[in-house]
Amino acid sequence: MPHVLFYFFAFFTVITAVGVIVNKNAVNAALCLLLSLVGVAGLFALLDAYLLAALLVLVYAGAVVALFLFIVMLLDVQGGVRKPFKPMTAIASAIGLALLLTGLATLVNRTQFAAVAVPTAVGQAPVGAVLKRYAEMLFTTYLLPVQVVGFLLLISMLGVIVLSRKHPVEEETK
Amino acid sequence: MNAGLSEYLVLSGLLFALGFFGVLLRKNTLVIYMCLELMLVASTLALVAFSRFNGALDGHIFVFFILTVAAAEVAVGLAIIVALFRKRQTVQVDELNSLKS
Repeated sequence: MPHVLFYFFAFFTVITAVGVIVNKNAVNAALCLLLSLVGVAGLFALLDAYLLAALLVLVYAGAVVALFLFIVMLLDVQGGVRKPFKPMTAIASAIGLALLLTGLATLVNRTQFAAVAVPTAVGQAPVGAVLKRYAEMLFTTYLLPVQVVGFLLLISMLGVIVLSRKHPVEEETK
Repeated sequence: MNAGLSEYLVLSGLLFALGFFGVLLRKNTLVIYMCLELMLVASTLALVAFSRFNGALDGHIFVFFILTVAAAEVAVGLAIIVALFRKRQTVQVDELNSLKS
């Protein structure tokens, strides 16, 4: 049964990711991104990372995509009637995609990932399913990165405030 | 029996490649940004899969930090895009060519 769910979520994620790329309308692209993120959250749940699945839906689908939709709504970014891409760009990016996929195929062919089995201790919850372990890791081994990330959030908040206010100097020159 | 590590890695690489394709292909800055987010999420999928199949929690913690940094990055990036739109009235990358002499 998890196998079926894996392929369902995988196809769902890939198809909606293609939707993000090919949609002419930026709003549709944002909604496709939302669906794709929900698919990835489902895959996280299959990997027993329930907390990360919930966080992905909350942070990405809740905050990031909503922010994208707000910006699309505020700015008129549809670009009029022009084509979303030129044929030359399409060829170049298809070559880039082919290169990446070739590298991926080589990686999968050369390594025996299939030999890696899930370490399952009998009668023990899988890693990532227990919240207590997250708390222990975050507040012991990774205490410094947690504080650095908190500082990063503060800095980015200040940066956004500075970026989004109108500069008085510019107003004068106009 | 769950899907193996290689399936997850192939899916992650495929998502990353699709995001890369979108970044190269599209002209709209906002859509390029969405494709960048797609690439970030693809890399987190690989991290979670490795973490699950190794029985270690460190990958999960890294995904935590990636989520935080991605949220901060989106906020700053969208502010930059709005500032750009205020100045130039467009967000299409082929019209943003001020550096071309």
